[in-house]
Amino acid sequence: MSTATTDRPGTEAAHHDAWEGFAAGPWQDRIDVRDFIQRNYVPYTGDASFLAGPTEKTLRLWDHLERHYLSEERRRRVFDVDTRTPADVDAFPAGYISEDDDVIVGLQTDVPLKRAMMPAGGWRMVETAIKEAGKEIDPDVKKIFTQYRKTHNDAVFDIYTPRIRAARSSHIITGLPDSYGRGRIIGDYRRLALYGADALIEDKQRAKDAVADQPFSEHWARYREEHAEQIKALKKLVHLGESYGLDLRRPAAGAQEAVQWTYMAYLAAVKSQDGAAMSIGRLSAFLDVYFERDLAAGVLDESQAQEIIDALVIKLRIVRFLRTIDYDQIFSGDPYWATWSDAGFSADGRAQVTRTSFRLLQTLRNLGPAPEPNITIFWDPQLPAGYKEFCSAISIETSSIQYESDEQIRDRWGDDAAIACCVSPMQVGKQMQFFGARVNAGKALLYAINGGRDEVSGKQVTEDGLFTPITGEGPLDFDEVWQKYEEMLDWVVGTYVEALNIIHYSHDRYAYEAMEMALHDSEIVRTMGCGIAGLSIVADSLSAIKHATVTPLRDESGLVVDYLTEGEFPRYGNDDDRADDIAATIVHTVMQKIKAIPMYRDAIPTQSVLTITSNVVYGKATGSFPSGHRAGTPFSPGANPENGADTHGMVASMLSVGKLDYHDALDGISLTNTITPQGLGRTKDEQVTNLVGILDAGFVMDEQ
Amino acid sequence: MSSSIDLLAVPAENRRVGAGLEGMAEAELERSDRLAAIREGRIASLHSWELVTAVDGPGTRLTLFFAGCPLRCVYCHNPDTMEMRRGQDVELEEIVARIRRYRRVFTATGGGITLSGGEVLMQPAFAGKVLRAAKEMGIHTAIDTSGYLGAVAGDAFLDDVDLVLLDVKSGSEESYQKLTGRRLQPTIDFGDRLARRGTPIWLRFVVVPGWTDDEENVERVADIIERWKDVIERVEVLPFHNMGQDKWDTLGMEYKLRDAQPPSKEVVERVREQFRARGLTVH
Repeated sequence: MSTATTDRPGTEAAHHDAWEGFAAGPWQDRIDVRDFIQRNYVPYTGDASFLAGPTEKTLRLWDHLERHYLSEERRRRVFDVDTRTPADVDAFPAGYISEDDDVIVGLQTDVPLKRAMMPAGGWRMVETAIKEAGKEIDPDVKKIFTQYRKTHNDAVFDIYTPRIRAARSSHIITGLPDSYGRGRIIGDYRRLALYGADALIEDKQRAKDAVADQPFSEHWARYREEHAEQIKALKKLVHLGESYGLDLRRPAAGAQEAVQWTYMAYLAAVKSQDGAAMSIGRLSAFLDVYFERDLAAGVLDESQAQEIIDALVIKLRIVRFLRTIDYDQIFSGDPYWATWSDAGFSADGRAQVTRTSFRLLQTLRNLGPAPEPNITIFWDPQLPAGYKEFCSAISIETSSIQYESDEQIRDRWGDDAAIACCVSPMQVGKQMQFFGARVNAGKALLYAINGGRDEVSGKQVTEDGLFTPITGEGPLDFDEVWQKYEEMLDWVVGTYVEALNIIHYSHDRYAYEAMEMALHDSEIVRTMGCGIAGLSIVADSLSAIKHATVTPLRDESGLVVDYLTEGEFPRYGNDDDRADDIAATIVHTVMQKIKAIPMYRDAIPTQSVLTITSNVVYGKATGSFPSGHRAGTPFSPGANPENGADTHGMVASMLSVGKLDYHDALDGISLTNTITPQGLGRTKDEQVTNLVGILDAGFVMDEQ
Repeated sequence: MSSSIDLLAVPAENRRVGAGLEGMAEAELERSDRLAAIREGRIASLHSWELVTAVDGPGTRLTLFFAGCPLRCVYCHNPDTMEMRRGQDVELEEIVARIRRYRRVFTATGGGITLSGGEVLMQPAFAGKVLRAAKEMGIHTAIDTSGYLGAVAGDAFLDDVDLVLLDVKSGSEESYQKLTGRRLQPTIDFGDRLARRGTPIWLRFVVVPGWTDDEENVERVADIIERWKDVIERVEVLPFHNMGQDKWDTLGMEYKLRDAQPPSKEVVERVREQFRARGLTVH
């Protein structure tokens, strides 16, 4: 090990202490957290026996929070709202939970669970949310955001086309981030800990200056302006740190500071943006380097290490955004997706499992189960056995872990990727997503049959004369329906992507995520995260049309409002190629249509199949299907088989889902399963082993 | 693929057979050819298949439910598997291909195949070929049987069986016949044979209130199985459930346990204790 040196002026002394004992490398000369991790982390291959329980202080703090804040919030829905102070990185003075709150400090506002307004996304949502929380709006703030300051929402509706408005109001496209923060951006919050704000500001200033002598273009102007915004945000972050007595200008010196600095950067993000998903990234191996150094130096013991991680997780559990009741319904509650990605393998074949990976899981024992942070394990059958067993045991105890296939993510996005929200992978600090909500692919099938008339309202949604409905009383013909479905998808997908381009153009202009983007490289990859809902319903319905006899039932106006399906047909989710291939074809077809359309800011189009939380809302707005799915009833989540249609066991449904081509859905495919612990075996050991086995089976690639 | 697994605390005793043979081609043969083909083990009449975890043997398993059963248990929760004619004909190669496809699942989970039913030993020629094919692929095998037809399972057949899930449904000839319509002795003989051969057994006993649950009856079952102690890896005491009622109704068959209640936790635990007292591992 050598002591780090740096050629950066002015910061040498600070780095000298902070980086002492770390293995040197290119990370010292440029911002490259991955390189730092790879040169310094040590995989841990043992079991969970080293872990420590909660300290007295942790328990006191958690108990205080529960008694004075969380229990009260559950009673009132919203604990409190600050209606006078539009949120920003440094808009609020320092706040604390109690006098025990001194391990990892920092709150979004001055009081735990008090929510802040973020009106740059749109005033109407803020006003509704404030009223729903039983508070009065401040007329001055309203005046600013309705009279003087244009919002993201205003801009979007200035640009929206008639067909987008029609598609939106008939719910074939829903949940678009046109009046709330788009999220799906993961700042590389580790950068603040490793380099300190001064070095980050300097780096951004250098990038901004580097193009100063180029001629004007809109791209050039935006680049300069965005960099200026990023630098301002970093300066506010320093100011935020000062309010808590922290000098964030320099790199973090020890493990406690590394966690504190990383959290401060994240806190600055959730103080300034209320994105639908505010994921925290991939922290464990990074932080573990600091923990190992402090443990080796004898300045920290395991109990203190756990206390630090517990304190961080407590803070992540009390992030709150001001949301409307409608929003809560779309997202089934109040999630904000502080997804923390962990484990997986490095490119060189070492598992990225460290003691801190165990400490993170241990928080679920020390503090009890909770949905946030959304702990997401990059699973591979080759992960160390002790870790796999601990994951499985904690899953069984708490139901609070999500799993992803590490191999699929690593092959495509590298070994420093993290999940934004629930399934969207991205390289931390080098890539962001334009979140696209999703299009109702199920409803599109009904539109194809009805020539663009809405099966619920009876209204003609597509332009007059653009599509012809299927006529006649006879049973539906598969080839005819498929052709009409493809044509309808052209319209639906075209309208959808047009809306997304408008939304992200406006979001960048009026609700730019300066804090998160300051923790990204200057040149980044952007993806357009399109999504579909209703996959299993379309697959089963097309299968029914192909293999059984489906007769449309019409109302007096000729609108098909229901279907009579006679005979047997294979259903998606039973490892039966006849139905599973239809599902794969749908996903592929939608992706081809998305790819054909130019994207805002040259984003790379991707697709997800992942309605985890909004199935009820999509189902409510949709009619009956040839598959037997009833009007108004919830869709099954994500790529799940239709509720009750998978009759051959969970592993069979996993294999069906596995037939969807990942290249058609690079933004992720989700399968939600419910297993009872008893359903996994007779003893705890048997349950743990069997769950490990199921995960291994589900995530192993095909042999051929 | 992401998999978010939600673990809820609901009892998971309600095992039913799978539903249908999705993904398996149906064999189409003339009637005379068909019977010959079944006898020779080229085709089988199957009810369904399922990939299950932790219920039909270790790990995640492909369970094949054969159609047809010689018993008529009053509490049967799968009466639709009683008659072979209700099954669907499937060729050996269909089954073998599916086993081959799931090899990686079996490897990952420490699972294998389980031949169940109905009664797998109604179609021993086909079952034997499936077991042989599985063993050739190095896959763990189990059969789930009442043992009533144990005599048709030859030694070569049993050589390919790694585990027997053996039901001992009641403890005396009289009660067994009342419950199943058949004799108990063949099951005892089969168990004795497995014990001599050293074939591992997971023994199952279903607690049916008023039919099998009295202390005396359980003692008799315990007397029988105690002598197989060396090969019994575990005893699974399963509380009766009424989830098969709708199937009896659909089939238009008279269901004697209509609206019967599952046994109380206390009774189930008492039965478990009775087996434990014989030094058996009981779940």
